[in-house]
Amino acid sequence: MSEDVTERTVDDGLSTVPQEVDAGAPAGFGVRGWLRWAWRTLTSMRTALVLLFLLAIASVPGSVFPQRGTDPAKVAAYLADDPVKGQILDRLGMFDVFASPWFAAIYLLLFISLAGCVIPRSVQHWRAMRARPPAAPRNLSRLPEHRQVVSDDTPDDVLDAAAEHLRSRRWRVDVDREQGWVAAEKGYSRETGNLVFHLALVVMLVGVALGSYGGFRGNVVVREGSSFANTLAQFDSFAPGRGFDESSLAPFSFTLDRFTAEFQRGGMQNGAAREFSADVTFVPEPGAAPETRTIEVNEPLVVGGEKVFLVGHGYAPTFRITDKAGDVVFKDSVVCLPQDGNFTSSCVVKVPDTTPQLGLTGFFLPTAAVDDIRGPHSTFPAADDPAVFMSAWEGDLGLDSGAPQSVFKLETENMTRVGIEAMRPGESWTLPDGTVVAFEGYVRFASFAVAKDPGKELALAAVVISMAGLALSLLVRRRRVWVRVSAGAAGSTLVDVAGLTRSEHTTVADEVDELASALGEPAASTADQEEPA
Amino acid sequence: MSTNETLAQLSNQLVYASMVAYAVSTVSFAASLAATKGRDLTQAAAPVSRRSAKAAETAEAEGSVLVVTRIETETGIGDGGSEPLAPGRRAGNIAISVMWLATILLGAGVLFRGLSVMRAPWGNMYEFSITTAFAISLTYLIIALRRDVRWLGIFVVIPVLLSLGLAVTVLYTEAAQLVPALKSYWLVIHVAIAIICGASFCVAAALSSLYLISEKAERRTAEGRSYWGTGLAKRLPESTKLDGMSYRTIAFMFPLWTFAIVAGAIWAENAWGRYWGWDPKETWAFITWVGYAAYLHARSTAGWKGRKAAYISLVAFACFVFNYFGVNIFFSGLHSYGGV
Repeated sequence: MSEDVTERTVDDGLSTVPQEVDAGAPAGFGVRGWLRWAWRTLTSMRTALVLLFLLAIASVPGSVFPQRGTDPAKVAAYLADDPVKGQILDRLGMFDVFASPWFAAIYLLLFISLAGCVIPRSVQHWRAMRARPPAAPRNLSRLPEHRQVVSDDTPDDVLDAAAEHLRSRRWRVDVDREQGWVAAEKGYSRETGNLVFHLALVVMLVGVALGSYGGFRGNVVVREGSSFANTLAQFDSFAPGRGFDESSLAPFSFTLDRFTAEFQRGGMQNGAAREFSADVTFVPEPGAAPETRTIEVNEPLVVGGEKVFLVGHGYAPTFRITDKAGDVVFKDSVVCLPQDGNFTSSCVVKVPDTTPQLGLTGFFLPTAAVDDIRGPHSTFPAADDPAVFMSAWEGDLGLDSGAPQSVFKLETENMTRVGIEAMRPGESWTLPDGTVVAFEGYVRFASFAVAKDPGKELALAAVVISMAGLALSLLVRRRRVWVRVSAGAAGSTLVDVAGLTRSEHTTVADEVDELASALGEPAASTADQEEPA
Repeated sequence: MSTNETLAQLSNQLVYASMVAYAVSTVSFAASLAATKGRDLTQAAAPVSRRSAKAAETAEAEGSVLVVTRIETETGIGDGGSEPLAPGRRAGNIAISVMWLATILLGAGVLFRGLSVMRAPWGNMYEFSITTAFAISLTYLIIALRRDVRWLGIFVVIPVLLSLGLAVTVLYTEAAQLVPALKSYWLVIHVAIAIICGASFCVAAALSSLYLISEKAERRTAEGRSYWGTGLAKRLPESTKLDGMSYRTIAFMFPLWTFAIVAGAIWAENAWGRYWGWDPKETWAFITWVGYAAYLHARSTAGWKGRKAAYISLVAFACFVFNYFGVNIFFSGLHSYGGV
């Protein structure tokens, strides 16, 4: 559809661009008339153009407002900050623009419009490709490119030579000896490319749909020394497509042996990440021999149709909590959520097995600092001087109420704060009731995404084909040339050669020149005189 | 790997030196344009729509046989025919020579920036900007080798200077190694193509703007009315030529821009596990793509040709510019490693 039409009106045969029908309301045509009118309007270029504008405009809020698909936490924060406006925006689908019905409506209408335009054009183009090139116009000298030459050969020989010349250059050629002309056309791949481009876009959409239907994406946080087995229960979050079968998850597992992170030290980009790598012991399927692998940011682990990506990292301080009787009631490394680029990380520990129940909240700081404005915070992402700043709470954790709770948030309504303390690794803190909280050290954690997209190969193949089509449609020129012979002076043959191109700002002059000089000599003095036809 | 500070310093100095040369070139281009005699606007071709309407009538009269009588008015600027040094020609030549010098200096600056960290020099917005400025100038100068496009010079040099000015002031980032997300050979492919597209879209936008001025000047002159752009339009090629140049640039770049997005998607699939996630950068790249697609469609839709199509191409370019600067400044997303 990306055709220019400056000269279309001159010769509609060179193009299969649908004619713009001014779709005035078909008064008195009944239901069928109205349906036809609606279909014509929908498949017109003008409607496609309007839908393209709408698609662009509809995408904008997707970048302005936080989106559930990419950043659910930010959406939640927005809703909490401004509930009234947030609710209205949410009702309108502004936090889920690309999954909203109105966005789908636009692109589905656009694709229907596209199909309704492109499919009839494909049929038309198929016929045009098999039809004979159009007959030569009567008066070739009125075409934009015209040459007249004189040949000593007979008219038939000139026509044969012209046909041979054009066929060897892969023109489609038609010869009419009786009327004395040759017609040839070239550059059908312009329209072919154009149609392929648009049809391939439809196939690409199918690939996208297939991927979201039959694929999945799951996230999991794994601490150093811990393992992950690829089953539904082990994911922290899991988003399957409607057609995804859980039992088809690849049966692999891996243990995170070591996570390495390096950061820029000094300079303007102090603290910028330079290197992340996760060394894992990978078991492709139960019973298989373990393999050592490294997962990096641009180097996912590929297993079957699934890929394991390294998407994040952080710190997990290790706490050992002993009650006043001396029994260990808690010993684990706790995943803390990074809050800023320097990995000031917020931590929550819940100890339900004591009476009263115990909870800790606070921060892990890889490079600890405290000031009046920011309080405890980290000044560098690497663990140069790690410390924790924790508050202890006693009371009811609320775990028995049945309401779902986040492991990253302590519900403190029914708890009282009993103390606050800063600790470095190896230090411990005795609470008023005799409970001892020991900060033993830390491990790193890495977050991984496991994803499968069965439609991505189809989408890629479609998009590659569509790009090839696009290049053809924009770069190939469609053009025609004609040769007419007539009797000249003294047994010679007058040869008129003319050409026409429809693509704007291109020319067939070179090809017309080449053909003309192959067929005869420029007529010296009579060249400018018109021979009577 | 550490940074070679000597080379990084040298690179900065070369970029500053090139800016001085570009400034000189700008003045020369301005002088050249001011001194050019200009053409007679009344000889300008009728607007496209009117011409094709007339052609349609003729075609109908001839029984669908294709007939066009085209009056080509060759009004190349500066090719003063017999006079070897038409007004403005010398200044134009100086401008081109100085621009070559500036571009060589800038090219060396980009090269040394890359050598100082031993990687492709487009890992942040500063590097992207200086490389884009280099690509814009080089594209223009290569065209200038084959055609007389001195009239276009000032409209190319000014965006180049703006881009460099922003680069050294707002966007400047010390030479350094890359964040892990960028360590991929896709950086070289994806970003290099985005740079080429950015450079070309910039030139196409300049041409579209000039078309709008020139077309209006021709129309107003025909109506006998005055217009502020008449003086400028006289020194430019006729509007249909400007429109055609802009179209050809975009038509050539649109498949490449498609490829830039696809290359980005392939890289995203490999780095983040999904090829399309509506990250703000992706969203605006898509909006830009849709904008240029709309431009190409508008050119073959009745009632949208000419000025309206040109406005669409300017809006699409605005989307590209917003995607480059705005997205990194206003939104946070996965592409937020520009160093701003």
